[in-house]
Amino acid sequence: MSSLSIPHLLGLHDVPKQDLELILDSTDTFLEILDRPIKKVPTLQGKTVVNLFFENSTRTRISFELAERRLSADVVNFSASTSSVKKGETLLDTARNIEAMKVDIVVMRHAAAGSVKFLSERCTSRFLNAGDGAHEHPTQALLDMVTIRQKTGSLEGLNVCIIGDIAHSRVARSNIYGLLTMGANVAVCGPASMIPYDLERMGVRVFTNIDDALDFSDVINVLRIQLERDAGADFPSLREYHNAFGITRRRLDALGKDMIVLHPGPINRGVEIESEVADGPYSVILPQVTNGVAIRMAVLYLIGTRAE
Amino acid sequence: MSSYIFKNATLVDPVSGLDTQKDLLVVDGVIERIGEQLSSAGAEIIALDGKTIVPGLCDMHVHFREPGQEHKEDIASGSAAAAAGGFTAVACMPNTDPPIDNASVVSFIFKKGQGLAVDVYPIGAITKGRKGESISPMIELREAGVVGFSDDGSPVNNTKVLRTALEYASMLDLPLIQHAEDPHLFAGGAMNESIVSTELGLPAIPRLSEDAVVARDLMFTEYVNGCYHLAHMSTIGAAEAVRAAKAKGLRVTSEVAPHHFTLTDDTVRSYDSNTKMNPPLRTADDVRAMKEALRDGTADAIATDHAPHAGFEKEVEYVYAPFGIVGLETAVGLSVTELLLEKWLTLPQLIEKLSTNPRRILRLPEIRIAEGQRANLSFLDLEAQWTVDAAAFRSKSKNTPFHGRVLTGRALGIYNNGQLILQR
Repeated sequence: MSSLSIPHLLGLHDVPKQDLELILDSTDTFLEILDRPIKKVPTLQGKTVVNLFFENSTRTRISFELAERRLSADVVNFSASTSSVKKGETLLDTARNIEAMKVDIVVMRHAAAGSVKFLSERCTSRFLNAGDGAHEHPTQALLDMVTIRQKTGSLEGLNVCIIGDIAHSRVARSNIYGLLTMGANVAVCGPASMIPYDLERMGVRVFTNIDDALDFSDVINVLRIQLERDAGADFPSLREYHNAFGITRRRLDALGKDMIVLHPGPINRGVEIESEVADGPYSVILPQVTNGVAIRMAVLYLIGTRAE
Repeated sequence: MSSYIFKNATLVDPVSGLDTQKDLLVVDGVIERIGEQLSSAGAEIIALDGKTIVPGLCDMHVHFREPGQEHKEDIASGSAAAAAGGFTAVACMPNTDPPIDNASVVSFIFKKGQGLAVDVYPIGAITKGRKGESISPMIELREAGVVGFSDDGSPVNNTKVLRTALEYASMLDLPLIQHAEDPHLFAGGAMNESIVSTELGLPAIPRLSEDAVVARDLMFTEYVNGCYHLAHMSTIGAAEAVRAAKAKGLRVTSEVAPHHFTLTDDTVRSYDSNTKMNPPLRTADDVRAMKEALRDGTADAIATDHAPHAGFEKEVEYVYAPFGIVGLETAVGLSVTELLLEKWLTLPQLIEKLSTNPRRILRLPEIRIAEGQRANLSFLDLEAQWTVDAAAFRSKSKNTPFHGRVLTGRALGIYNNGQLILQR
């Protein structure tokens, strides 16, 4: 295998196509390991990985931790609720302390956009972004791309639409960057209030009508509507959102074509997606989860073994 | 008793129309003679060949953090930064702790400024506690010596309070200096709303937040015949509104900060919190509009919005970092590099923006370079090429996005209140 041109995975914005292809191709190797009775390889033996989670996460953290353990890394978990952050320590102080403990790889999630880049520029460890604010969530986009590719063979020329609250979504941004680099045609769909300013300039089509969006699409990636967000500021009600933008079996069947439905989870059943879709034949939601572990193994391997 | 002969400098004074290379004899704080080959027994000779002397520069918008946040800056350190940057006068904003909303805090500022080479003028708060709810004792503040009113850092958005404050300020013949921002559109924002904020995923502040408030305020200004000054103008829309209001004859003035005619929001891509200020850095079109506004007189003054913050406060996640950068020690270099060399302004026009106009807006005495006048002078080297080094700033704080930038034009120092401060 060749090696990555990038020292950290901070986002997909500036990641060249050959790096994306290398990550996506490497994933097959690790998927094969996940099917073995003993799902562990010594690849990262002796390396220390810290999962630095300043924001709550269950599935991303577990997915990373499984990937790390299956590569035989020593794993330390740090979460904001148990840390000195609550005592008023700054991010930089926290990082310097972790650095002093000689950690090789930092997997980091933080509510502030740019915070992973901020730390990567001030520490010597390798950094993997596990989600920074509304900025990027690169491993989610990579697992989405792997999952699509398993179904279609290629991303080139594919019409992919991301549906939901694009403005606040790091999943949307990473998918847009990665998919455009891989040659897909990317669109978004959602209420105008959830489409960020000047988004078309990123090379993305914008739909505000769900049926137009579905007409366009070979693949849809349905974003979680964050229930904790203040409904009323960006949209009037979950009920209205579901009626106007919710993905229903009826809408998909009416298209009379194949469709691949992704969702980064966790799902709000009956809000952005109906159970019949989430659990039905269009859905690749559970393969996404499996691929998530494999792609994180691939990224950890490629970043962790990359020559300095 | 002290006297100086400043030799062979170019004297430029837009008020008296002076632009000549002569010697300047200053005795005990007064310009005694302007002429050629001057000599005077006991006078110290300062050779200024190729350098320029202009009327003392005035920065009408600084934050000196005293009282309350002296770890960022205090009146002495801020004044040292002003002198190093070529300013002989500053007007400090009232967002101190306690705020400058009563006469005793005004007296405190004057007391702290006593004996300094730089004249430190307080601006009084528009509202009590800067809360925007009820107006401060503006008559008392005026009597205590404030040179304007502002809640800078926060807007006045209660329209009844705005109207009353405009009426009071006009009655007292002082400007109402507005920090124009809509609190709902602004809420939680960290940078300008643009393709850059969309790409970076940072919460954004639309230009509309400034535009809408300026448009409304100008209606109020017209209605009550108020005297209104727009602080740190940053958008095309605000400039257009001010231009139209001036054409109508309204009593409106505005200022632009050097970073708003120099940098665009593209620099935020670094996630360096030294690119975070309020109003935020805007687009290239807005930067150009600020230069045009300065050229055609829509913008009357260049003011730095000098906003010191300690390193540990700034070096945090972008969204959590406080707004603001220091500006006193880079203002001349940025103005010369961006405005003079690019021919947006002539030198006399630049001096109007940096000295004459801000003093006029704040009702301060006019400064002239003429025999018999009080010597209030700034020394500039318009040709010096230098690299900004934040570590060398006199300010207590080093939060600048210009560290490492090569500029042309630099202040050498000042003479004011009988004191000569020459840095170089």
